[in-house]
Amino acid sequence: MSESKKRPPTKMVPVQTHAIVPERDANKSPILECYHLGIDFGGLTAVNDFNLIIGRTEIAGLIGPNGAGKTTIFNLLTKVYQPTRGSILLDGRDTSKMSTAQVSRMGIGRTFQNIRLFKEMSVVDNVLVGLHHEMDYRLPSAILRLPDYWRGERIAHERALELLSIFDMQDLAETKAGSLPYGAQRRLEIVRALATNPSLLLLDEPAAGMNPSETSELMDNIVKIRDLFQIAIMLIEHDMNLVMGICEGICVLNFGEVIAKGSPDEIKQNSVVIEAYLGKKDGKNDAKEAR
Amino acid sequence: MKWKTLQPHTKQNVFTFLGLGVVWVLVAVLRAQGVLTRSAAGLLVPICCYVVMALSLNLTVGIMGELSLGHAGFMGVGAFTGVVASQSLMNAVPSVPLRLLAAMLAGALFAGVFGFLIGIPVLRLRGDYLAIVTLAFGEIIKELITCLLVGVDEKGLHIIFNYKGVKGVEDLNLSPAGQVIIKGAQGATGTQTIASFTAGMLLIFVTLFIILHLIYSRTGRAIMAIRDNRIAAESVGIDVTKHKMIAFVLSAAMAGAAGALYGLNYSNLVAAKFDFNTSILVLVFVVLGGLGNMRGSIIAAVLLYVLPEALRGMRDYRMLIYAVILIAVMLTTNSPIAQSFFSRFFRFGRKGGETE
Repeated sequence: MSESKKRPPTKMVPVQTHAIVPERDANKSPILECYHLGIDFGGLTAVNDFNLIIGRTEIAGLIGPNGAGKTTIFNLLTKVYQPTRGSILLDGRDTSKMSTAQVSRMGIGRTFQNIRLFKEMSVVDNVLVGLHHEMDYRLPSAILRLPDYWRGERIAHERALELLSIFDMQDLAETKAGSLPYGAQRRLEIVRALATNPSLLLLDEPAAGMNPSETSELMDNIVKIRDLFQIAIMLIEHDMNLVMGICEGICVLNFGEVIAKGSPDEIKQNSVVIEAYLGKKDGKNDAKEAR
Repeated sequence: MKWKTLQPHTKQNVFTFLGLGVVWVLVAVLRAQGVLTRSAAGLLVPICCYVVMALSLNLTVGIMGELSLGHAGFMGVGAFTGVVASQSLMNAVPSVPLRLLAAMLAGALFAGVFGFLIGIPVLRLRGDYLAIVTLAFGEIIKELITCLLVGVDEKGLHIIFNYKGVKGVEDLNLSPAGQVIIKGAQGATGTQTIASFTAGMLLIFVTLFIILHLIYSRTGRAIMAIRDNRIAAESVGIDVTKHKMIAFVLSAAMAGAAGALYGLNYSNLVAAKFDFNTSILVLVFVVLGGLGNMRGSIIAAVLLYVLPEALRGMRDYRMLIYAVILIAVMLTTNSPIAQSFFSRFFRFGRKGGETE
């Protein structure tokens, strides 16, 4: 068109995204990206402007005082709640129109803060429910007990016992899940989530109610699971030994907002985090919420 | 660990079928010997129907974990569909067993379709909506059948939905060779009674076969997982509505087949038979037999159906004694002492039940 309409070309510059991932994952696309994620319950903003990027094999921590919105974030990621704002990309794909079950099939496995096992079913059956989509026989084959039923069940059973053996639970296979001790129930939940073959595992307070020796065993196992399955793990935890011990990237939440992100050492020295957990130094707010 | 040893329920299932077979042979022999009285022999088919009803309701209540208060409605749909199918196929299919099979399949199909239609809106919801809607369904379907006028002649089926109550049998416009099958409030009359004990036992076998094999499959585990914890089931990728639908439609279809058999056992049948009381009666069988316990459902259905008949000699005290026995059974099956006592002798309780 006319000469006057011609604008000078825009110069594009790289911008700082503030996202950090472990160096080994840097050249791979991230497994999870959250942009400006937020949810309101009525007039209450539970989570606001939550941004996070998790690398393929990262162990990430999500910490914060009680009521900060940590579990709400897990529920947003797994679509138990639909976000009011923002977007979630799982393995580069937008999950905004998906249900909990669909997100699970796409690769998010999770455990719950208050344990949610199938209590009336046996331990191995709990894992087999997780392996539901690994079995490919159809209902008529099951009712007529055709060969593909037996083959599918046998492979799934072997896989279930193999998964249970990560936590040395294969001998408990026929026990009723509801009658397991507390720690074992937490471990079974992790096994069940692993059975869905996730690429991102969300653990909601995995060490709650565990004694120090159980917790240190759990830490080893979480790292072992990451190494074995090469998946990303994101965990909510109040036990700072566990968080600082195994998490590579930590995100701190308070009143639904991210107040700090970084490596364990950075978080330990962050004054905003210390203030959120221990209150201000001038003594006006001396609420000691966390360990 | 060997694969076969991981399947203790396969052995249990085989024992259940063997036990049923033994009972079948025993009853058949007793009947042939003339030991069973006429009235006792007349109870055999209804007992089979109620056993199937209890089994199918246990699939909804025990395995799927949702309360259904209108199971008799599906039985009614199956009964009248079965009667219509049997009467209209009289000339086309002279063989009685084949006609009975066709009637039961038709009953199962129609009841299954009704189950599906109810399930579409209701099974998406959480809470007790299924109980409310099935309760209404049971009552509505009873009234709808009462409005039906159905007849058959060489041109085919003639159906009038007589909702204003002004039409009569003559409005069906049947040819002289035609026959009226359902006469509105008078129900089905003049039905040829082709139901037999053999058919009843076969129906129990097929129902049990389907349910037991469903439970120990990926679909059955998914259904039970939804019952135990819906949110956790969703979190491992289980489609809740789809699996509830499978269980509910199967349950309705089996009730329909039982209804067809029941309907073809009587030459006269009114829709009022399939009322709320019948639904509750079947629910009592299921609850007392044990939720999710199929063997328990069979035993409870047989005993509790026979009991009022056996107590007929007590006259006025009959229902009183029946009630006392019901309460006694409820108390003993719920007490931990009695449970541990029974579990020592009968190892066929619920899976893993001993480890509590």
